[in-house]
Amino acid sequence: MLEIKNLHVKLEEEDKQILKGVDLTVEAGKVHAIMGPNGSGKSTLSYVLSGRDGYEVTDGTATLNGEDILDMEPEERAAAGVFLAFQYPVEIPGVGNMTFMRTAVNAQRKARGQDELSAADFLKVVRERAKELKIDADMLKRPVNVGFSGGEKKRNEILQMAMLEPKMCILDETDSGLDVDAMKLVADGVNALRAPDRGFLVITHYQRLLDHIVPDVVHIMSNGRIVKTGGPELALEVEKNGYADLVEEVA
Amino acid sequence: MALPKVKEDTTEARLSSLSLPEGGGWARAAREDAVQRLRISGLPHRRDEYWKYTDPKTLTQAEPQPAALFETGEASLFDRHDRLKIVFVDGVFDPDQSDDLSLEGLEIERLAEAAAKDIHWVRDHYGVLESRGQTPVARPLATLNTAFAEDGVVIRVTGKVSKPLSLIYVHNSETSDAMLHHVVKVEEGAEVTVLENGPAAARFNTVMEVDVARTGAFHHVRAQGRDHERRAATHIFAHLSEESTFKSFTLSVNGQLTRNEVVVEFSGDDAVAHVAGAAVGDGDFHHDDTVFITHDAERCESRQVFKKVLRNGAVGVFQGKILVKEGAQKTDGYQISQSLLLDEDSQFLAKPELEIYADDVACSHGSTSGAIDETALFYLRSRGVPEQDAKDLLVLAFLAEAIEEIENRDVAEDLVERLEGWLSRRRG
Repeated sequence: MLEIKNLHVKLEEEDKQILKGVDLTVEAGKVHAIMGPNGSGKSTLSYVLSGRDGYEVTDGTATLNGEDILDMEPEERAAAGVFLAFQYPVEIPGVGNMTFMRTAVNAQRKARGQDELSAADFLKVVRERAKELKIDADMLKRPVNVGFSGGEKKRNEILQMAMLEPKMCILDETDSGLDVDAMKLVADGVNALRAPDRGFLVITHYQRLLDHIVPDVVHIMSNGRIVKTGGPELALEVEKNGYADLVEEVA
Repeated sequence: MALPKVKEDTTEARLSSLSLPEGGGWARAAREDAVQRLRISGLPHRRDEYWKYTDPKTLTQAEPQPAALFETGEASLFDRHDRLKIVFVDGVFDPDQSDDLSLEGLEIERLAEAAAKDIHWVRDHYGVLESRGQTPVARPLATLNTAFAEDGVVIRVTGKVSKPLSLIYVHNSETSDAMLHHVVKVEEGAEVTVLENGPAAARFNTVMEVDVARTGAFHHVRAQGRDHERRAATHIFAHLSEESTFKSFTLSVNGQLTRNEVVVEFSGDDAVAHVAGAAVGDGDFHHDDTVFITHDAERCESRQVFKKVLRNGAVGVFQGKILVKEGAQKTDGYQISQSLLLDEDSQFLAKPELEIYADDVACSHGSTSGAIDETALFYLRSRGVPEQDAKDLLVLAFLAEAIEEIENRDVAEDLVERLEGWLSRRRG
């Protein structure tokens, strides 16, 4: 599904290499986790895959089902099936959450040559999915993420994911700022979306999220590279011994 | 004090191009008084402090610049509302296109007819609020209007009016030079909504004098648009008594030069005035909102919310002042003016002012200029919204705060639709 080969990325504004040859393949139906110390390049990877400005790919490729995504505009990547759940979801005053989601869903449908959903049909689906995530009607009416608590923002990200039904879901530190209950709710939302034709890349600093979203494969990232790959037990090792041992072992 | 030569020349040239409307009585007296006042103040000049950001030349010169007619093919704004239509074509009342001027709770007449009669309430208001609004800052284009406007409506509101009055302006001649003068008197406990829309003339000068009696309410929603070459100067003078309400909102789209002045005087306690505006300009567009609010009573609330979206060298101006007189305790004054500059060629010039002589008040003002929020733009795009759609969404979101000032949600929706139409026409 998602194939990253030898990806090198530097910051556009300064001569600073962040990713130094990332190789990673996420198969359809699988959940891959990327763990690593702060500054290892985890978030950069998520931004580069979703098309944020400010990064320059100096070498390597990233394809989704064979399509080169690095050349696409962010909206084209979204239509192709890439979804990034933001670490810090953005507040947009003046744009209603519902309007935002309907615009996004219909823009993607249009890009794929599908008919747009009517307001009524959209409302029906969004209400159903919102309920599962304990998102109330008020949160749907309010401007996007404005005045939302940390947990509400993250649940709102998962709701968008549920509405957009992407092929490749990238979750960037989705557990940050969440208490245990909120994390469970978010994880349940993600788990409900697990499907044979959908891949997940879960980026996290801590192991605790992976108790709830159990990964098939765990990668450790350090200094812009994947330095170790293993099963869920690798996450437990990190929890027990920290990153220092793993990173040193490789270095 | 004698006027500077350049002002005297401009003023005399303009005066000689006009003649006072026929008739005598109170109207004649008010007009002659206005001519005298105009000779003392002179027409504005760009060297005047109050016109520092807006060159009034095309508004004051003897002949108007011609303006092409413009048709979008869209349905007329406010069409879906049940309303009393009052139509002016190039500044002249058109009885054929207008509704019958009668409605429960209202007395309406054409200015020209009222001027011929000895109607007391009009006599006591015509040019009176305009004249009061000349201090501390002169507004000579309004004085010019009082002297020479032949048409307009005078409206006395005696009850809660069931539907809005809709002043519709039609532009038919490329060289029309129109002046309209409206007077609205809202009696105690009465309530009315006045809508204004449509391109009016190549050059347009309007004055609306609004007197709201105790507990009365006046709502005003105006849309300026559909005339790219518009040159307009508008003035609203509001005089507010105890516990009265005054709310005015203006949407401005395009137009080469627009100066909208709103002058509000609180003379009774516990009154409320909200003045708001949203303007979108592309290219040859100069839009000036000038607001002056005088608090001369206790516990009044004034609120100014102005938003402008500018691109391709468009210029936006905001001059807003809150004057709190001695004794106007517990005044609550708020003012915000913001611009969204879509490129580096556009300009926003803001002059927010507070002048306070009372010691127990809450007044605040703010002004910002900025570009589209790149983080929000990426967020929208990452969800699949194409870049241009995402920008439009953010533009509308920016203007929403001003549009929210409109109480009538249906009318607000009409304006949002109008803006969406404008945005989509600007593409490609």
